[in-house]
Amino acid sequence: MSDKTMTEDDVVRRLRSGMTIGIGGWGSRRKPMSLVRAILRSDLTDLTIVSYGGPDVGLLCAAGKVKKVIFGFVSLDSIALDPHFRAVRQAGAVEVAEYDEGMLQWGLYAAGIRMPFLPTRAGLGSDVMTVNPDMRTVSDPYGDEVFAAMPALNLDAALVHMNRADMHGNAQFLGPDLYFDDLFCMAAEDAYVSCEEIVPTKALTADAHPSTLRIARLLVSGVVEAPKGAHFTSCVPNYERDESFQREYAAAARDPQQWKAFVGEYLSGSEADYQRAVALRDSQAVSA
Amino acid sequence: MAPATRAEVCVIACAEAYRGNGEVIASAFGTIPAIGVRLARHTFEQDLVISDGEAHGVRGTWAVGGPAEGEIEAWMPFSAIFNLVWNGKRHIMMIPTQLDVYGNSNISAIGDHAAPKVQLLGVRGAPGNSVYHPTSYWVPAHSTRVFVPRVDMVSGVGNDNATKAGPAATKHHDLRHVVTNLAVLDYADSGRLRLVSVHPGVSVDDVVAATGFELEIPESVPQTRLPSVEELQLIRDVIDPKGLRNKEVSA
Repeated sequence: MSDKTMTEDDVVRRLRSGMTIGIGGWGSRRKPMSLVRAILRSDLTDLTIVSYGGPDVGLLCAAGKVKKVIFGFVSLDSIALDPHFRAVRQAGAVEVAEYDEGMLQWGLYAAGIRMPFLPTRAGLGSDVMTVNPDMRTVSDPYGDEVFAAMPALNLDAALVHMNRADMHGNAQFLGPDLYFDDLFCMAAEDAYVSCEEIVPTKALTADAHPSTLRIARLLVSGVVEAPKGAHFTSCVPNYERDESFQREYAAAARDPQQWKAFVGEYLSGSEADYQRAVALRDSQAVSA
Repeated sequence: MAPATRAEVCVIACAEAYRGNGEVIASAFGTIPAIGVRLARHTFEQDLVISDGEAHGVRGTWAVGGPAEGEIEAWMPFSAIFNLVWNGKRHIMMIPTQLDVYGNSNISAIGDHAAPKVQLLGVRGAPGNSVYHPTSYWVPAHSTRVFVPRVDMVSGVGNDNATKAGPAATKHHDLRHVVTNLAVLDYADSGRLRLVSVHPGVSVDDVVAATGFELEIPESVPQTRLPSVEELQLIRDVIDPKGLRNKEVSA
């Protein structure tokens, strides 16, 4: 069995400009942020991002990496809207395909099981059908209803963050919700899993039920050990969302000068530099 | 005991929206609807299933604004919720940014969708919710900014658009109630919004003035029911001891 461990930069070297990339997690929860930060450092551009969006979408949009966002929402959970996403949308600076969040799941599932579309009632009668003029309907071959035909969301790559994995790519969630990370991996040509900790295979089930092993190695091309890699989003039970850092992010995102300072402080160096800057910030908060 | 405040009347109206629902997931956005579903389950609608907002169905009655306290009775991650949405065993109360006379709601964007004047959350689950299971709305500030002649982006599907989209859209389409800080509304046979009751201290004219289209108004409009003493105690002492309801609707 192959050792699939790699670094964030190894993952980014396998990506190309113009790719369609799915990002797992949900809102501001268990986002593969160290991989997102690696993309921010790269020269990748013209990306199409498929996401139950949070700061992953906001950061990539702010850095000019994104051509199109395929989404059902973009939210920071405890802060309703991501200011960067709001700004690029209101400037008309990114293309979008906006779907119902269940349609998004259906599109990923269709891609994962190699179907061109899956039928659903969701979308019918809504402006999801009008703002996506390519959206088609399909007739029930057994009856007379006409359904929305949600197109497959085929991904060139998927990026997800999990609690643990082994070096072969078997990945485990230990928090309350898998979100749709399994579907993102199934829908992708190549799926890359970052995780809090890479452990021996037998350690995965030493203290957790096998049902937490929801991403199997046959769906995974690369594994990155990234402690605190989801920061500042949550990665329960390892850590909760860093609310004060998220507030700092959102405040900075509303003001170009503040944003420049934020980028200088946190996003201009390596992932290790980021984690050091966050740790320093935490220690200052404790001593203050 | 002090008489019921406007916020407390709104809680009762939200709770009443769930009367007779039985065993469905009661999903409520906003503080007052959250108090309402907990009150409904604690009193007259005990089979309701309520999520902790994370990934569990939880029994019991706990205060809003804090962690869920009660027995976990089901694992309900988003994938399970999505399945139950399409299965139909759910009644949601959403907060629309815009709502029109046929119950079309917008939570996505104001203005041209390609470059909106104001980007909101996105359609989220509204297109699916509204064609798959009962859907109600909560409007904490009833005004002509919310009640508009035409919404900019149909997120939740109204009665006219469901009909236009055909039988697949109407089969499970079931718009129920609109509770606001002024009144309770439902839908007439024409599919248009109809005034059901006005809250104490509110006149029909107040509602008409705050609504940007013509409502169906019956000849006599009763007052929204007041909370009982037991219900008031439950709201004030158990479900919302910090008075968060007053931040959403002031007295």
